[in-house]
Amino acid sequence: MAGIIGFGAYLPARVVTNAELASRLGCDPDWIFEASGIRERRYAEESVAELGLAAARDCVAKHPVEVGMVIAASGSAERRFPGPAATIASGLGLGGVPAIDLPMASAGGLYGMSLASRLTDVYGNILVVAAEKMSSAIGDDKNTAILFGDGAGACLIGDGPCAIVDSVLHSDGAFAEDLRLGLNEPIYMNGRSVIMQAARKIPASIIEVLERNGKIAADVDVFLMHQANQNLIDKVAKTLGVPSAKFYSNIAHYGNTSSASMLIAAKEWWQGSGKTICFAAFGAGFQWGALLASRA
Amino acid sequence: MDTKTRVTTVIQSVTEKTVTGDDEESLFESGLLDSFALPDLVSGLEKEFGIAIPDSDLNPRKFESVARITEYVESRM
Repeated sequence: MAGIIGFGAYLPARVVTNAELASRLGCDPDWIFEASGIRERRYAEESVAELGLAAARDCVAKHPVEVGMVIAASGSAERRFPGPAATIASGLGLGGVPAIDLPMASAGGLYGMSLASRLTDVYGNILVVAAEKMSSAIGDDKNTAILFGDGAGACLIGDGPCAIVDSVLHSDGAFAEDLRLGLNEPIYMNGRSVIMQAARKIPASIIEVLERNGKIAADVDVFLMHQANQNLIDKVAKTLGVPSAKFYSNIAHYGNTSSASMLIAAKEWWQGSGKTICFAAFGAGFQWGALLASRA
Repeated sequence: MDTKTRVTTVIQSVTEKTVTGDDEESLFESGLLDSFALPDLVSGLEKEFGIAIPDSDLNPRKFESVARITEYVESRM
């Protein structure tokens, strides 16, 4: 059974406060916080590949193991191809190692972890990276622009001490137009549709992965969920009947960094106490899922 | 109690606000409903009417007004 070896993360230096953003968008800084739970986010000068490489380096520096594959998720990469995966691998000195791009937004980190957990028998340790430059995707729509930030996370999966017990992945292309980033246009989000779907599908996928492993939500010590919106995190906790405090949250500091957010949160929490860990994410596609992990 | 009255009761229970205005008025535009109240409204309707609302029907437009919600619920009964 594949296990989690460890995490890494990188956040760009520039902090963009609600006050700065509100001034640009013509809205109230307090409204931004009430609508999202976000107080500030980071904006990057770096490219998506550079962000991803920095997070990858942070991860492999702490966990110097042989890497047999790189999987890189991003919904905001600068070009259609090549994606950032091969550039990140090359930057790590892993030229020749297979590098796969997942052109996915918010659920990309989770998809990468799930796929990696099923490929380690063939490729050995796999480095999953998720990197986003969402500041390049936002426009002037305040309801969307307030949410996003830049950053990158990384996770090494292989012969690690935290077993990946199981994972579930789902998609529904019927809602593809409700959250999209087209070519040469800003991100579009039908917030009502996204929230309606996410508020139901995230708890359902968590329950699915727990039930088929004989567990309930109360058995989970910590939930590491895509940091989309604090109000959504609270709603998922309420639906599952567990305290919001069980959901690690850093959205106040970084905003929604799309595919990177869950891995960044995991990097920050990872020294915390808890044996049973549940990851979950939902995003454009729609694509969503959950992953159950257990420490020895 | 007719369907519309029961729908109105569910909306008021979820939003903790009184439903006023025309049945066709947008509950979003009037400030009664927001994105995060929508999932609770759907759950409330399922419970009140004993129906299962599939994910494929989770289109905000179906829940835009008292009239639309009533029409939708009656189609599921």
